[in-house]
Amino acid sequence: MSEPIIRVEDFTTGYAGKVLLKDINFTVERGEVFVILGGSGSGKSTLLKHMIGLYEPMSGRIFIDGDDIVTAEGDARRAILKKIGVMYQSGALFGSMTLLENVRLPLEEYTSLDDDAMDLLARMKLKLVGLESFTGHMPSEISGGMQKRAAIARAMALDPTILFLDEPSAGLDPITSAELDQLVLRLARSLHITFVIVTHELASIYTVADRVIMLDKRTMGIIAEGDPKVLRDTSDNPWVRQFFRREATAEAA
Amino acid sequence: MSAAATARVAAPPAATLAVVDAEGARELRLAGRLDAYAIAGVWSDSRAALAAAPDRRVVVDASRVDYCDGGGIAMLVDLLRQPRPPEAPVTVRGLKPEFQTLLDQFQPNELRAPPVEPAERLHTVEEIGRAALIVGRDLRTQIIFVGETAAALWNAMRDPQSVRWKDVWYTCEQVGVNALPIVALISFLLGIILAFQSAVPMRQFGAEIFVADLIGLSILRELGPLMTAILLAGRSGAAFAAEIGTMKVNEELNALTTMGLDPVRFLVVTRILAALLMVPLLTLFADIIGILGGALTMLTFNIPIAAFLHEIDSLVDVKDLLAGLAKTPVFAILIAGIGCLRGLQTEQGASAVGISATRAVVSGIILLVVVDGIYAFIYYLLDV
Repeated sequence: MSEPIIRVEDFTTGYAGKVLLKDINFTVERGEVFVILGGSGSGKSTLLKHMIGLYEPMSGRIFIDGDDIVTAEGDARRAILKKIGVMYQSGALFGSMTLLENVRLPLEEYTSLDDDAMDLLARMKLKLVGLESFTGHMPSEISGGMQKRAAIARAMALDPTILFLDEPSAGLDPITSAELDQLVLRLARSLHITFVIVTHELASIYTVADRVIMLDKRTMGIIAEGDPKVLRDTSDNPWVRQFFRREATAEAA
Repeated sequence: MSAAATARVAAPPAATLAVVDAEGARELRLAGRLDAYAIAGVWSDSRAALAAAPDRRVVVDASRVDYCDGGGIAMLVDLLRQPRPPEAPVTVRGLKPEFQTLLDQFQPNELRAPPVEPAERLHTVEEIGRAALIVGRDLRTQIIFVGETAAALWNAMRDPQSVRWKDVWYTCEQVGVNALPIVALISFLLGIILAFQSAVPMRQFGAEIFVADLIGLSILRELGPLMTAILLAGRSGAAFAAEIGTMKVNEELNALTTMGLDPVRFLVVTRILAALLMVPLLTLFADIIGILGGALTMLTFNIPIAAFLHEIDSLVDVKDLLAGLAKTPVFAILIAGIGCLRGLQTEQGASAVGISATRAVVSGIILLVVVDGIYAFIYYLLDV
């Protein structure tokens, strides 16, 4: 078995001196669809933002393809960032640019391709997510689901090895959400991209996830790890069972 | 009055309260519709009735209540939670089962507002220390920003290819071309007002012609650059802060960072370059329009434009024009730099963007005036 593509070691983080996640350890294998799940406030989005280098942890190390993103600076950091693509919860497309320009931007900044070549590449990425006929649209002119797909296209512009998706199904209807799941599966299987997805959408988890970790704010750590269907059927942790069976807490019921 | 009108005026079956003192207990008989609109009077009456019988049992009879929503339930909870001695409890009876389930969701005593912990009084020294810490942090981010911006501008100078010129030209259009009408209007008015206000008293001494010198000097050296800069601080400084602030709220800045693109190089450098190109041009334009305004006003005082310009030419020279224009690059950097800095400092939420835009304008204008003062002092020392 090859070296895991992401390795998180003894990771602790929090806000304003208050610990949110403590002593987290896990690995993500090359090519798998890895889902981080947990209830609201469990720190899953925070964990993702650490993995892409936006926040600095209190302690611990996060290796992306062998290099620690926590300590990397300058060119070393840019080299790590080139391997990853990120789709933010809101899409975070640049509002003053068309979809094509959004997808072209990383190409313009990192490659010396000529205009035609960049256009073609950007169009191909948009075609992959089914937006080939919207290349000239501004982000505000398309629906939320399309914005998220365009954000995936932009994240894939430089053919990253890892794609991070923050709450891909948030605010989407079930059909659009399912289409996004199919897109993830297609990209994972055909391009062998490793996906790290933060979500709490159960339907989506069962469809796409090879492996999940579940965070819980009560323990500030990982309370379950493995195949979601197996966890649902066999976990002895009451919180895990509760989550997978969509039950309200006993006190509230 | 017609029946329909009466019906419109008459409220739906209102809430009523009857207080009956039976043996050993006081009964509060509620009836009608207990909703948030109808219960205000009944609520205070019930409380008063409760308070008037502090040592007797109180039974709230709700059997004739037809409707009870969240408001009514809140009133019942309030009556139940009043502090009473154990031998004089409050009970509710006869509430319809569907309303009783609503009431049963709440434990009257758990809804008390949590006791307010008295704010910890800090020692004066500690307060000063904390304030200093905040100022220090703010100063630190500003110094970092200045450093990053300077480094990015230096890199842009060494490698002009790395600048996103398309964005620079676009921002030039926003900052420069689109500001022409407002800059023209204000400087034209400024010229007219200056000329008129000074020509009237000067005429008493037959000295109207010297209005030309007054206008020439004040507009070229001070008012042209300063007014243009203040206008742009309000117009473009605020726009930069709002634009970048919104990008931050929308995670677009995070997106840039994770693409390995430096927001300072990407957003700040282009805006500062555009301002550096546009502010001197706009100032020159404002100078010309302002003097034109003055010249046109003086026509009404029988001073021909040629004579006006000739008078300016005799006293005002290129040095004065340059003294004014020499300020504009600094003004440009201030306006764009502060606008961008405030944008980058935006916190989360929609109101944060408004706060950033406001801060950009306020601190921009303050710094412009301070820097203008410093320039005046330096010019005085250098005898320029």
